[in-house]
Amino acid sequence: MIGITGYGAYIPRYRIKVEEIAKVWGTDAPSYKRGLQLWEKSVPGPDQDTITMSVEAGKNALIRAGISGEKLGAVYIGSESHPYAVKPSGTVVGEALGATPDCRCADFEFACKAGTEAITCAMAQVAAGNVKYALGVGADTSQGAPGDALEYSASAGAAAFVVGQDNLIAECELTYTYMTDTPDFWRREHEFYPQHGSRFTGEPAYFKHTFGCAKGIMEKAGMKPEDFAYAIFHQPNGKFPMRAGLKLGFTKEQIEPGWLTPRLGNTYSGASPIGLTSTLDIAKPGDKILVVSYGSGAGSDGFIFKVTDRINEVRNMVKHTVWYLDENKVYLDYGTYAKFRGKIRKND
Amino acid sequence: MFPSRYWREIPHRYRLEAGKCTGCGFVAFPRRLVCPQCGQREFETFKLKGEGELLTYTVIHVGPSAFVDDTPYALGIVKMDDGVNITAQISDIGLDNIEVGGRYKIEFRKIQSDGHSGIHAYGYKFIPIR
Repeated sequence: MIGITGYGAYIPRYRIKVEEIAKVWGTDAPSYKRGLQLWEKSVPGPDQDTITMSVEAGKNALIRAGISGEKLGAVYIGSESHPYAVKPSGTVVGEALGATPDCRCADFEFACKAGTEAITCAMAQVAAGNVKYALGVGADTSQGAPGDALEYSASAGAAAFVVGQDNLIAECELTYTYMTDTPDFWRREHEFYPQHGSRFTGEPAYFKHTFGCAKGIMEKAGMKPEDFAYAIFHQPNGKFPMRAGLKLGFTKEQIEPGWLTPRLGNTYSGASPIGLTSTLDIAKPGDKILVVSYGSGAGSDGFIFKVTDRINEVRNMVKHTVWYLDENKVYLDYGTYAKFRGKIRKND
Repeated sequence: MFPSRYWREIPHRYRLEAGKCTGCGFVAFPRRLVCPQCGQREFETFKLKGEGELLTYTVIHVGPSAFVDDTPYALGIVKMDDGVNITAQISDIGLDNIEVGGRYKIEFRKIQSDGHSGIHAYGYKFIPIR
């Protein structure tokens, strides 16, 4: 059986509130908070990016896996904010974790689905017998254009999973992907900020693929929403995942442990993976967990996990995801946020 | 910033790899060719645990060109639990809250970027243990 041997999350400590962004652009903060169901978001420090967060999340995952980095046979990083256009993030992450040189490595891009794609490929390498352990990471320091609706949600965070066949904390019972060509969100080469199709990003994009994937994997598994203890959906804002989950027949109680966007923002490739880490932090042996990611362009990856007894041994080995989320934060004003995010153009 | 120099420093900047003298046990970080205590030239790789106590620090108000956007920032010397002293930037804490004697740990951070088109240099910084 393939599954998760270790998991870890990392969220930067900086935050900015919706009110602070709305004040600058003259918009109505209560309206945005109500519409997005989100009141603040994480912001990476000037010395943090997809690579640094992936390393820290990866360290946490290795501690819970109980293995050293040199045991990793593959390192896959999914992100849409890789620091280099040409040069892998994964080589830096693999080197920092001690996985090199006997290690496969690649960076993945598929908008917000890149992280689960990296995890899927890590599982495939283990299943094929090519490697004993593989690391799959979803991480982003996502960008939203100043004043755009995305600016209120685009945030930063990472989640890493060591995949293997022994010492599992969660067995992966099934995976499934639902994918079409749907141009709801994109960024052309050399463009700094992404663009999106406004409300088009909802119904024919997010909801169609999330429903298609969730229904598809449950049908293949012969399972219903009530068979799961928890469900995690991609969370571009607070509203979409809760609406999708409830419409599929899940309850708020099943969704809430992995529903972090209201106080985290949209961590893009990190979103559903970080939601899975916070759910594993509280899950009990035997619990079934459904994960459905979504990446614009568009597609959804689905996973069904069954938690094992080992979860009780490893969950407290490192800080829980909600600690990073709630106990370690500093609020920024818009000026400092703009400087940290490189939104201010200077002379060389 | 020369990529070749950056590349040579990866073992200690990424993984805190020190050298432990096989003769007298002296720990050198970064590694040395010759042990300053016993003169022997053989070292084994010794990975630092990455936690320690802040011995002293200073605040940089006028930084070198790669760090001008970071000023004011703190540089500290931490006595690591493994016995060696390391100098590095202190991050994730307000300058008024830094206290000598505080516990700090190493975190992987971006140190600098070589202009708009050069390489990013990664390595270690100190952050307070909370």
